[in-house]
Amino acid sequence: MSDMNTQAVARYRNNFLKEVEERVEDGHWVRMCMQCGVCAGSCPLGPHWEHSPQKIFMMIRAGKREEVLTSDAMWMCTSCYNCIVRCPRKLPITHIMHGLAHYSHRLGLAPKGQPTREIAKLFWDSLVKTGRVNELKFSLAMYFKDGFGQGIKNAMAMQGVGLGLVKAGRLNPMEILGGHACKDKGGIQKMIAKAQEIENRKKGLTA
Amino acid sequence: MADNKFAAYICSGCGIGDVLDVKAMEKIATKEGKMQVVRSHPFLCNEEGVQLIRDDIEKEGVTHVCIAACSRRAKAEAFYFPTVALSRANLREGVIWVVAEGSDHDEVRQEMAEDYVCMGCAEVKKMKLPAGNPNRAENKRILVVGGGMSGMTAALEIAETGYEAVLVEKTAALGGMAAKLLKRVPFNGAYAEAQPTGAAELAARVSAHPKIKVHLSSTVAETAGAPGRFQVKIAQESGNVAEEAVGAIVQATGFTPYDLAKLPELGGGQANVVDQAGLEALAMAANGGAIKRADGKEVKSVVFVQCAGQRGSGGNGSGQHLEYCSGHCCGTSIKQAMYFKDANPEVDTVVMYQDLRVPGMGEDFYRSAQNKGVIFTKAKVDGVTGGDTCQVRMKDLILDEEATVDADLVVLATGQVPNAGVNLDQWTEVVTAAEGGSEEAKVQKIELQKGSVLNLSYRQGPDMPQFKYGFADSHFICFPYETRRTAIYAAGPVRRPMDMFQAIEDATGAALKAIQAVENAAAGRAAHPRAWDLSFPQARLEGCTQCKRCTVECPFGAIDEDERRFPLFNESRCRRCGTCMGACPVRVISFENYSVDTVGSQVKAVNVPDEFEEKPRILILACENDAYPALDMAGIQRITYSAFVRAIPVRCLGSVNTIWITDALNSGYDGVMMMGCKKGDDYQCHFVKGSELAHYRMSKIGDTLKQLGLETERVVTHEVAITDNARVAQMINDYVAQINEIGLSPMKGFG
Repeated sequence: MSDMNTQAVARYRNNFLKEVEERVEDGHWVRMCMQCGVCAGSCPLGPHWEHSPQKIFMMIRAGKREEVLTSDAMWMCTSCYNCIVRCPRKLPITHIMHGLAHYSHRLGLAPKGQPTREIAKLFWDSLVKTGRVNELKFSLAMYFKDGFGQGIKNAMAMQGVGLGLVKAGRLNPMEILGGHACKDKGGIQKMIAKAQEIENRKKGLTA
Repeated sequence: MADNKFAAYICSGCGIGDVLDVKAMEKIATKEGKMQVVRSHPFLCNEEGVQLIRDDIEKEGVTHVCIAACSRRAKAEAFYFPTVALSRANLREGVIWVVAEGSDHDEVRQEMAEDYVCMGCAEVKKMKLPAGNPNRAENKRILVVGGGMSGMTAALEIAETGYEAVLVEKTAALGGMAAKLLKRVPFNGAYAEAQPTGAAELAARVSAHPKIKVHLSSTVAETAGAPGRFQVKIAQESGNVAEEAVGAIVQATGFTPYDLAKLPELGGGQANVVDQAGLEALAMAANGGAIKRADGKEVKSVVFVQCAGQRGSGGNGSGQHLEYCSGHCCGTSIKQAMYFKDANPEVDTVVMYQDLRVPGMGEDFYRSAQNKGVIFTKAKVDGVTGGDTCQVRMKDLILDEEATVDADLVVLATGQVPNAGVNLDQWTEVVTAAEGGSEEAKVQKIELQKGSVLNLSYRQGPDMPQFKYGFADSHFICFPYETRRTAIYAAGPVRRPMDMFQAIEDATGAALKAIQAVENAAAGRAAHPRAWDLSFPQARLEGCTQCKRCTVECPFGAIDEDERRFPLFNESRCRRCGTCMGACPVRVISFENYSVDTVGSQVKAVNVPDEFEEKPRILILACENDAYPALDMAGIQRITYSAFVRAIPVRCLGSVNTIWITDALNSGYDGVMMMGCKKGDDYQCHFVKGSELAHYRMSKIGDTLKQLGLETERVVTHEVAITDNARVAQMINDYVAQINEIGLSPMKGFG
């Protein structure tokens, strides 16, 4: 995959658009954007991203591969679906943004330390392991993602909430020791592996 | 006069009888109006009422009828008596519906109604039954100039409707611009794919049609005459001159693409930079295969630059090229990008636009092109260099950054320049200089004449007037096909920028207008907008001072000068606006049913109370096309206005002769309101220049007012649109208040 990360893309040619169309979930919709900017104006997080969906789509068409795939824009999407509802061309904008995030993550180009990306990764890893998300391990992993000292600080700050959950029977401290899995852990893992294989084949990510 | 018998009929229906004293009005019609027969009826427009009038006409020999009922705009079918002169006193919309209710207003309401009855009687006494144009001409053939899509469509529509068409085409083949296109933008269906132009099939149908005569490789060398009797000399390439007699003309001379050489900054003139017509030629040569450049290299990447040299500084132009948007070019570029994508989806096609304008169903076509992988980018192109690899310098307006894009071929979407012939403003200037003896101007005149399309032998110049940006004349707001040259119609892109679909529609409309024109000319009637009108202007030449104002001011070029320099009316060119009548300082021009006298006698028929009664009288001269209907509609909506005004409809504000105003002021009126249509570049005047001329004339009336010792506010001119019903009532009330402030006229009692 490393050769794909360094692909040089000629400007305003179809190369990158084609790559997106072939390899990004719902990427074939990007060509249909008419640059009205309604998505950019509708996004509640608009001011906080580097690029609005409108710009991301134009950048794809302009062949700005690196800028698109390293952008934090698609990681900031909260899936409110305002843009999908309002898009006059009916583009599934939210889905495209997620597709782009996924693609850039797989290529290893996504911004390092981007919190949304980190949390998604922890969530996914936990899920794949046992077939369910271990809440205790997941939250502890979140607390300690920025180092041991910060982790202790975070944990102390959340102490009250944690104890409350334990008292209410919503959190079992014993889950820290491995925790329980779904009935057929191996089956789930096989399913996910198969799905990944199919997806890779479809998008030409495997040889 | 002995045979004339005058009758007045007063209707008491629609509530007129409830609030007005009909008996008193009958008395007034007899005594003041001097009507020999006076009758009233509770429902005049029903069968019985109409029969009453008809019986009087047939059995009593009534020749002049005044109907005091509703507005002249209502019940025109019921009160249609073509054998008598007819006037209408507007008691319903003009009095009972606009004067405030209640007995407080009984007195002024009755005075207003009685004045209108007197005015109607006075008017009809001065009227004559119009006899129709004596010089009517029967030729119903129609000349079409231009054999492109518009011209062929017009000729075919004319022929299919049953009239004969004569088509003149400059080149050796029919088809025009359309024949040079590989395909056209879609007119129907899913609007997803370009369609065959159909130009060849249309040309074949036109050539084979028994009612169409085609002159190829020919131009119009001279057009003389008038509607119904044009004599056209057609110069053939061989040097022969053919003569055709026709009744009307459709000018469908189309457009020329803006000269590429004028766009060096966008690579015009360099290798591998073409305009849209140039690309069509390459596409025709490829005929569905891979499109190759002039040097034979297959095109792998192409950039379309929209608005090249168009839309002034708003588009890609710098302001020194075309100011306007040509409307078709976005759709055309979409179509052309598809040529590449259809032949080879791997070709990179980028359309650089600032605003993608795709009228009609073009949005679907745009979407289809996106589906095919055409890239659209909102960008301002700053420069293009041609050569083996063209470079397009642009600013991406979404990403807000500059970039340079390489391409094998660059297509500039240049605009449409109309083939409208000679600019008459320039013509008049040159002719005036030439008549003044300038040798240079004489040469210039000959040069200008070479560019003429119609070579009209009209005193106003060899072509129809042009608009801003050189497009052929058209009453574009209200009546798109009408020009200021009666029975000559402009159709297609010569009139305004348009695509093929619009041109076909336009040509069909113009063909039907031309048919109306020949039929009207044959019947001795006016053309639009007074298409029913049989009256025509007559001049009492013994009083004429040869001042030429009528010939100069006629918006339609209907008046020439005879060899003794008297005005010579071309009745069939005349549109009956009366601008000549308004212009004439010695008042020798009149129509049988509309003259200085018919209006003047109405002005004088109003009973002007003396100054101690404190009832001002204000004269309204309202254009019958917009202002008078607006007044009527104020009535229909029961919007009340002052009962001190007396409204007289005029054919056009341009027909207002200043004598009416001085007469009114002399006889003690306190003010005069003139209401006409919007003037200026975006005029709504039905007669194009009438309103403007009236405003101009009135701007000079200040001196007259001063001579009379009157305030200049006593004459005001307003622009009124047909929808201004509430505004017009407000205007009247404001003016009455203003007059009360100035004080009543000091002229009362001297008239």
